[in-house]
Amino acid sequence: MKPTLATLINILVPVKRSIDYAVKIRVASDGKSVDTNVKHSMNPFDEIAVEEAIRLKDKSGEHVDSITALSIGPAKAVDTIRTALAMGADTGIHIVTPENTVIEPLSVAHAIKAIVERSQGTDKKFDLIIMGKQAIDDDSGATGGMVAGMLRWGQGSFASKVVIEKGGKVQVTREIDGGLEAIESQLPFVVTTDLRLNEPRYASLPNIMKAKKKKIENLKPEDLGLDFTPRLETISISDPPKRQGGAKVENIQELVSKMKEAGVI
Amino acid sequence: MFRSALRALKPKFATTQSRHASSLVFLEHKGGKLSDASLSAVTAAKSLGNDTHGLVIGSKSEVEGVLEQAKKINDLSKVYSAVSDSYSHVLTETVAPLLASITSSKDISHIFAAHTAAGKNVFPRLAGLLDKSLIADIIALEPSGDTFTRPIYAGNAILKVKSSPKDDVKIVTVRTTAFDKAATGSGSASVETIDTASTESPTKYVSEELTVSSRPDLASATRIVSGGRALKSKETFDRIMDPLADSLGAAVGASRAAVDAGYADNSLQVGQTGKVVAPELYVAVGISGAIQHLAGMKESKMIIAINKDPDAPIFQVADAGLVADLYEAVPELVKEIGKAKA
Repeated sequence: MKPTLATLINILVPVKRSIDYAVKIRVASDGKSVDTNVKHSMNPFDEIAVEEAIRLKDKSGEHVDSITALSIGPAKAVDTIRTALAMGADTGIHIVTPENTVIEPLSVAHAIKAIVERSQGTDKKFDLIIMGKQAIDDDSGATGGMVAGMLRWGQGSFASKVVIEKGGKVQVTREIDGGLEAIESQLPFVVTTDLRLNEPRYASLPNIMKAKKKKIENLKPEDLGLDFTPRLETISISDPPKRQGGAKVENIQELVSKMKEAGVI
Repeated sequence: MFRSALRALKPKFATTQSRHASSLVFLEHKGGKLSDASLSAVTAAKSLGNDTHGLVIGSKSEVEGVLEQAKKINDLSKVYSAVSDSYSHVLTETVAPLLASITSSKDISHIFAAHTAAGKNVFPRLAGLLDKSLIADIIALEPSGDTFTRPIYAGNAILKVKSSPKDDVKIVTVRTTAFDKAATGSGSASVETIDTASTESPTKYVSEELTVSSRPDLASATRIVSGGRALKSKETFDRIMDPLADSLGAAVGASRAAVDAGYADNSLQVGQTGKVVAPELYVAVGISGAIQHLAGMKESKMIIAINKDPDAPIFQVADAGLVADLYEAVPELVKEIGKAKA
């Protein structure tokens, strides 16, 4: 056991197992879900979050103690935690939910809050959360801000650069409409990652093997007093209106006359 | 632990909404001008038929100018103003608590913002503070006020959800391209000043670095020309795309590949993770049309694609597609547009 030092940072990285970004999704025949019998992987923004946590630890090893990957979802979500461990996270926590349960951002935020609160007073107290700015399935982009609000922590959304100084000073460059914004804060803090933050590494085979030995704690929502009853009822999921495209033209003249016809020039 | 927290946050008004509850729209501004995006959020709010109010925040000098514009929005009956230097850069740590306190003290049933960088930053925190759901990026809503439609999976599926009475304040961000801008000019909203208790924020604004452009703003432009990976370098991107943009009076956009390769600035990215646009004309040059890019532009009225790969997915959504080498085709197109306009 390491001694508890006020300056030692423990990072929590929530990761989500979602349909692979390259898969063309299909609406299921029930009209209320999408076909999930397809390739899944870690949400791309969460990969960036894991990578950033590892880089912070590498860069400032003496004041980052540990990285914990957290996932909330069915049994298979453990694969996503293993991926994070293979990239370089130290331990995992899996809040296991029954297959096909809808877990809303608000529920996830409550779960993350409960995990953070449980860590208070232990020698692995979380003081930095790094997570994706949005999941590419639900596209809400809600969870990071919700957690920061619930915990009353500072937050840096859409981060393209993160610097944590000794003593807990945080500097974040954020992507905003029209450019970039620099902010300054202090731990405890929530970062949500934008695409430009870093280029995530691939896990090497030896690291994948090593990750199998790393510890993953299994929890049930009840263990933390969590209730995942949805507040939003899915009425329907449907295909977007189909666009009539596919008309090719032979040459520039034809292109220009089509533009004229449409009244755009 | 969580249940007791919930009980502590129990809403003041129980399951049914107050008959006189009103909707509140967070009005953004930049450089002394009310944002067009917020006007779209007003239209979404107004469609519920409630009393619709606006909120303008910022430093004293910012609020003074914008308040005059906000009062004239036709659909607003009241505009709240909150003045503090700490609101100048819309830090979520100071703004979200302000919105939370207004929402609970003013009998607000719905609070709306445009789904912009600021809305996406402040509204999730507001939802966390109030322990309510966030309904993000809606493209439609029903007059009942509890049913909302929003794209998921990069716009490849459309989700309709019904919010439960437990969420007695609906916290909503609005996809601006899905709603017309509210008319302004003949409104005469009353003004109410909100007392601002200073919120201690752990976070401070340091600086910003905005991309300067004489061209129209990407998010609200009626014409956009967008370049992709095939432009090869920043120099060729500018050399090919600038004259085309000028000939059409268009804004310049870019695919993620072009942005990642450094050909164009991050703020110009169109797609699931960048901006969602729906201009009258979208010209995609050297863009293959990946799912993530299509998510950001497929609601455009007319799509033109120039690509040398006849099988590029962009051709499946283009109203007019030209299979050609962009380095020859685009300069020629610029010439022909010039002739057509003459």
